[in-house]
Amino acid sequence: MLPSRAMTGKAVGRSVPRREADAKLRGQARYVGDVTMPGMLHGATVRSQVARGRLRAIHFGPEVRWDEYVVVTAADIIAAGGVNTVALIVDHDQPALVGIGDIIAHREEPVVLLAHPDPHALEPARRAIRLEVEPLPAVLTLDDALAARTVVYGEDNVIKSYGIDKGDVDAAFAAAEVVSEGVYETGAQEQLYIENNGMIGALEGDVVTVWGSMQCPYYVQKGLMKCFGVGPERARVVQLETGGGFGGKEEYPSILGIHVALLARKAGRPVRILYDRGEDMAATTKRHPSRTRVRSAARRDGTLTALDIDFVLDGGAYATLSQVVLSRGTIHAAGPYSVANVRVRGRAMATSTPPHGAFRGFGAPQSIFALERHLDEVAHKLGLTPEALRRKNFVTKGGELATGQLVRDDIDLGALLGSALALADWERKRTDIAAERARSGAPLRRRGLGLATFLHGTGFTGSGEKYLASVVGVEGMADGRVRVLASSTEIGQGTQTVFAQIAADALGVDMADVEVATPDTRDVPNSGPTVASRTCTIVGKLVETAAHTLRARLVAAGLLPADGGGDLRAAVQRHLATLGPLRALAQYEAPPYVKWDEGAFRGDAYGAYSWGVYVAEVEVDMLTYEARVLDFVAAQEVGRVIHPVLATGQIEGGVAQGIGWALYENVVWRDGVMSNNRMTDYIMPTSEDIPPIRVLFAEAPYPYGPFGAKGIGELPMDGPAPAILNAIEDALGVSIRRIPATPEVIMDAVEGAGASNGDGAGAGAGVAGAGVAGAA
Amino acid sequence: MSKLEFSVNGRACTVEVHPMKRLLDVVRDDLGLHGAKEGCGEGECGACAVEVDGRLVVSCLVPVGQCAGARVRTVEGLAPDAATLSKVQQAFLQYGGAQCGICTPGMLMAATALLDKVPRPSEADVRTALAGNLCRCTGYMKIFEAVVRALESA
Ligand code: FES
Ligand code: FES
Repeated sequence: MLPSRAMTGKAVGRSVPRREADAKLRGQARYVGDVTMPGMLHGATVRSQVARGRLRAIHFGPEVRWDEYVVVTAADIIAAGGVNTVALIVDHDQPALVGIGDIIAHREEPVVLLAHPDPHALEPARRAIRLEVEPLPAVLTLDDALAARTVVYGEDNVIKSYGIDKGDVDAAFAAAEVVSEGVYETGAQEQLYIENNGMIGALEGDVVTVWGSMQCPYYVQKGLMKCFGVGPERARVVQLETGGGFGGKEEYPSILGIHVALLARKAGRPVRILYDRGEDMAATTKRHPSRTRVRSAARRDGTLTALDIDFVLDGGAYATLSQVVLSRGTIHAAGPYSVANVRVRGRAMATSTPPHGAFRGFGAPQSIFALERHLDEVAHKLGLTPEALRRKNFVTKGGELATGQLVRDDIDLGALLGSALALADWERKRTDIAAERARSGAPLRRRGLGLATFLHGTGFTGSGEKYLASVVGVEGMADGRVRVLASSTEIGQGTQTVFAQIAADALGVDMADVEVATPDTRDVPNSGPTVASRTCTIVGKLVETAAHTLRARLVAAGLLPADGGGDLRAAVQRHLATLGPLRALAQYEAPPYVKWDEGAFRGDAYGAYSWGVYVAEVEVDMLTYEARVLDFVAAQEVGRVIHPVLATGQIEGGVAQGIGWALYENVVWRDGVMSNNRMTDYIMPTSEDIPPIRVLFAEAPYPYGPFGAKGIGELPMDGPAPAILNAIEDALGVSIRRIPATPEVIMDAVEGAGASNGDGAGAGAGVAGAGVAGAA
Repeated sequence: MSKLEFSVNGRACTVEVHPMKRLLDVVRDDLGLHGAKEGCGEGECGACAVEVDGRLVVSCLVPVGQCAGARVRTVEGLAPDAATLSKVQQAFLQYGGAQCGICTPGMLMAATALLDKVPRPSEADVRTALAGNLCRCTGYMKIFEAVVRALESA
């Protein structure tokens, strides 16, 4: 892979009009709910409704005329010679449908699929099906999973574990001047894309085809191929306009895609399943709840000498993506600091809830929350400001992260922190707040300031990108324009616009000369999943490389001048007329310095990192214990910014989700399932809850990203929660170690009532006072 | 079933449906206007917002029987023609008010309803007027900017 020149073209670096926007603004964009096909049936899913058990029988009630319905069970998969599984990372994990005699591992397992021409006929039929289940003991909390008295996965409920070991942690603790310790917890979070999951399946000849809302067409294809026992030429997946994903449409569409395809095969007609909000919230994946114990050793001057971190995720009933979420969370647990001795133990545990999955940040927000909350406690104990403690420990260019990776990014965290604090008016506000506190003894509202500093790895973790070996194509079209071929999906971030910008500048043409193909596995190569902040930087780099190759080919054919310029359209047309098809492919190659040892978990975990300093100003109402964010500053270094408006929009949107996770979004578990699975009861931020968000980009071009770009999408999820909770501690003088910090949680902390309860899994140690374990 | 007449985006329509059928389903299924979206079906998200006689409503909670003789406006009725966007749509394009686009039809209807009444809204006006429309993508900032600036040139 060749480094990019950080040059300015006509498109890159400018907020060109978004290509995807016109149809969306006119109400003409076609999402899965807007698409019907001739003869299409409507489908529905019958689910297990017990947390754990063994399915003994399925009874179809006599009150329904079953011959009107298409009914699919696990037996249909087997009878057709397929494999009853949803292949994702591992081939055999969760079944596509629970069969008779099989284990039910959570309450929302699909058991029977139904289809009917009239969507209103589905609900009565669903109710007429009775499942006979032999109950089995379930594991409903992380504590129960860890205790492993009931084992629901493997030998000890551990889905996966990872470890990082750097230096001599025990010796450092033995010699420590100050030791601190805390346990920090984060709750599940629902992605809450406004468009629910939905998919249409049909048989086109002998090709199983699905269309729908998704992030990763090739994941869905993999699932179809395994379950139907067919090759790639007989499984086609097409993305439709997708109304948000945030990770929530990374893996679940594989299940739903299989379901609509199974129904369509049996019906001989297209079938569409659209989840309603209640089903989508209860049955599909959420952010992994977490519990992290952080122990730190420090010198009195604030130098951190050791970190010992135990990071636990609740993975739910199946492995799904938990191991990759865990690996990212484990690697990010030690933050952007240079600490000589680090031990991180990461474990993903199985419980009897629907599997938790991808959500923006992918494990990193959880472990970063713990460390950044912990560091504020350490600062207080040492009598340092939070910013001084961080400055003391920031990793610098050339410094070493926990995995032994040397920082190559041109990053100056001290400077980034300085810019963020200046933009937030930190010093003046701190003086004002101190004066306010001096004036009134028991004010009705208390204000506080908090910050968090963090990093986020660009692209897949470790060897992930090497295994994906993503491919992008650029081809010449009959009218002389070029077309970018990639399976990376537009889910709101502006993928098509950004790819067109990159390709146009790499070819030296107008954006109007570039088309970006719809992700359709029949037409585009596998550029990998749309996850991990990889689309712009990793896939965008491949777009750049493929475009360069295409241009070079035209130059070699004597159709374009070697020194730039020339008429690309004419050259493409001449090539097609005289030399035949014109298509250039680029395949991922790691930057030459990247070395990663998966076994030891050491080396270059990512090709590069994006870096952030986020600052929150918060106010707590002392009567209602409601916390509100008054002001927010998000400063980051993400390499070259390709499209300022889109990039800013990514940051603002991520910050808003982070605010929701920190304060409002409370998944309430009952018997292993989300019980508040409605928008009325699960509160995400509205336009009245989000403060002004001021976004600042420091741009240090990354040589191995397109025109210098690094990853953006996930980074903004990492900073808000710890910054906000740190501000709450500043306001109240008590440390809250658990999110969401709902009024109940804050009240418990202030009034010292201990942990609030009633949340089932994920509740636990909860709130602790400001005190941390004493000095050694 | 009953026969109902009303106008949608200035065109007279007649439908024969159950009067309790949701206005949302009538515009989407019977009239083929798919702009209004269903995000929740219970009045929380605003993705289904349309105007009925100049009033903003969540069409998932309105039985179509209540719309007899009414003037209904949906997102499809905002742009003057296929080549031009309305001022609000144009501002959403320029300032990045739409990401995934699923909330956008409802947002545009709420913003248009506000601007019809308050041509130069403050950010606080916009926040209040859009509080019934959830957006999970943008964090709202770019939407505020678009709405505040939509009629700037007017
Ligand atoms: S669908 Fe009508 S408010 Fe959500
Ligand atoms: S743009 Fe996606 S929900 Fe608003």
